[in-house]
Amino acid sequence: MQKDSILNIILVGVGLCIVCGAVISTVAVSLRDQQEQNVIFDQQSKIIDAARLLEVYPSSQEALASIEEVVVNLNDGEPSSFPPEQYDLDSILRDSSQHTVLNGSEDIAMISVRENLSKVYIEYRNNELKTLILPVRGYGLWGTLYGYLALDSDLNTIVGLEFYKHKETPGLGAEVDNPNWKKLWNGKKVFDENGLVQISVIKGFSNPQSADYSYEVDGLSGATITSKGVSNLLAFWLGNEGFGPFINNLKNKEIQLNDV
Amino acid sequence: MSKFKEILLTPIFKDNPIALQILGICSALAVTSKLYPTLIMCVALTITVSLSNFFISLIRNIIPTNIRIIVQMTIISSLVILVDQFLKAYDYETSKTLSVFVGLIITNCIVMGRAEAFAMQNTPGVSFLDGLGNGLGYSLILIVVGAIRELLGSGQLLGIDILTTTQNGGWYVGNNFFLLAPSSFLIIGLFIWALRSWKTEQVEEKEFLMSKNAPKEVETHHA
Repeated sequence: MQKDSILNIILVGVGLCIVCGAVISTVAVSLRDQQEQNVIFDQQSKIIDAARLLEVYPSSQEALASIEEVVVNLNDGEPSSFPPEQYDLDSILRDSSQHTVLNGSEDIAMISVRENLSKVYIEYRNNELKTLILPVRGYGLWGTLYGYLALDSDLNTIVGLEFYKHKETPGLGAEVDNPNWKKLWNGKKVFDENGLVQISVIKGFSNPQSADYSYEVDGLSGATITSKGVSNLLAFWLGNEGFGPFINNLKNKEIQLNDV
Repeated sequence: MSKFKEILLTPIFKDNPIALQILGICSALAVTSKLYPTLIMCVALTITVSLSNFFISLIRNIIPTNIRIIVQMTIISSLVILVDQFLKAYDYETSKTLSVFVGLIITNCIVMGRAEAFAMQNTPGVSFLDGLGNGLGYSLILIVVGAIRELLGSGQLLGIDILTTTQNGGWYVGNNFFLLAPSSFLIIGLFIWALRSWKTEQVEEKEFLMSKNAPKEVETHHA
């Protein structure tokens, strides 16, 4: 058979597609469980890190066992009866009936749409709420940062902030993953006496003598836009469009999560 | 035997794909800010170029001439997808760092270049060695660039503190320039200079000669 005959062109083309397609799909399917496991494990470890649970529990399994997942309606701040194990953020963000489009002035975190239902994580110790872990996200310099913010039982003191996905510049914006910088968040306060969100990443170093010291985190040098993005995403998710109503309800003890 | 050795070793110093052929620069800029992802990228590219050379050479006699490029691309893309899938399954952290750049191996000129220039004319075993050699040549440059950038930019090598930076309570002020992609141009440029000073046969012939700045010559022409 001629190498350049039309028949050979079709045979080689089709044959190659079938072989390559078969190999790729076999490998992709057989590795899928492992890959999904990696993604889940990565997020779980960030939740545990944000809440600093490994300082309390001997292993990740025990830390995870202490955490309860709760789906929250962000519009009214009430817990929802939606089953947490079926919660899928990606499909919510695609379905216009399940999210709210944010207009310019509301959208300080530059996320375009906000889900109506969000899944939060609560660590119980001795049957009391000890840590509240909130999923947060917002735009930095190159892309959206996804992470978890952990608040202590007073719902005002930060335990930790961890990002599990971002596209910031390595060595500059990607220093959001620097353990020394993450340590700075521990003990910072979110709300002032009037209940307004005050926490922010400032430019340069925060002065311990300053009145605002407990609301300020040192900026990342060389990463002004990422630092601003982190401030903005916290302001958004802790504000009225985000978890603000839910946190207020929890503070006023109007909701009993154990009943859900 | 010496022929095999030559095919394997030539692309490392004598005919380096980055330093002499100036191919595959894009990923050399993008993934080298830290050494560990650089190493993974080198492994990924070396595996891809070796195997793509092998498989393309294996079927070189039945590939129709007018669809050969698309056939090569299909094989290369499939291999890259496989590498990406394995990375996502077994080194998730690094795959997050490398993100899109693993997929971009498909467009790396070295892979395509070796397929077209070598694998289409040679037997599978030799083609595999050629791919391996070119992968190692690429890796050599990337590792040098990655090591310099991580050391001067963040004071670390493979995440271990060498020069403790001020951010971590040390004395070294990290040079932010080395964390940005343009620094790779500088390092690759210096590497090429060093290499060509050593192997002077790599110096390209001048494309044109500069005319001498001699205004007096104009006068003599008139005369």
